[in-house]
Amino acid sequence: MLKIHFFASLRERTGHATLTDTGPLPCSAAVLWERLQTQFDAPIAQDAVMVAVNQHYTDWQHALQDGDEVAFFPPVTGG
Amino acid sequence: MVTLHEQDFDPWALIQAHQNTLRGYGAMASFVGSMRDFNEGDTVTAMHLEHYPGMTQAQLEEIVQDGMQRWSLLGCRVAHRVGDITPEQPIVLTACWSAHRKEAFEACRYLMEALKSRAPFWKREQLIDGTQRWVEKNTPGY
Repeated sequence: MLKIHFFASLRERTGHATLTDTGPLPCSAAVLWERLQTQFDAPIAQDAVMVAVNQHYTDWQHALQDGDEVAFFPPVTGG
Repeated sequence: MVTLHEQDFDPWALIQAHQNTLRGYGAMASFVGSMRDFNEGDTVTAMHLEHYPGMTQAQLEEIVQDGMQRWSLLGCRVAHRVGDITPEQPIVLTACWSAHRKEAFEACRYLMEALKSRAPFWKREQLIDGTQRWVEKNTPGY
């Protein structure tokens, strides 16, 4: 099972702050993103989406494991 | 030392308090970023700073550790606001102490630019006409 977080404009575009995914694992972050599309208000491309797993930046090919915390968010704008 | 603040904070007091814990310094360089009341030609009346609790703190601490490894520093102080903020309030502080100015200047700049590109914060602006919008990217620092 994966716990998924969305932040900022992606939270609004997806219509979710958090989701739980119980699909087959391991899978890449890219496969998870495709799997989640059915739960979004409208399809969202990977472009300009950043991925973090267990609170560390990673890439779309990262193999997700049971219990991972996955976060998707737009480019950061702090400071 | 890294802290997040849900209320307005005084960067100068944080600098002084951190300096009081240090010995042997001959230089301190600091950067304070404050909220502007304009962006992209529009008047901005307020802003909300969202972040990713946990990851934010970890990223900021990692950036400080990177700076401490790259330069010979005696200390670093990083502070960042979260939540609702109004123009002129400080958003961010980066400060570095070293024996000589070169390390403090360079490390302070590094901490700020690394924070801008890596720390998971997002700004949502409130405009004078009542509408809100997300800031989509930071302005280049160099």
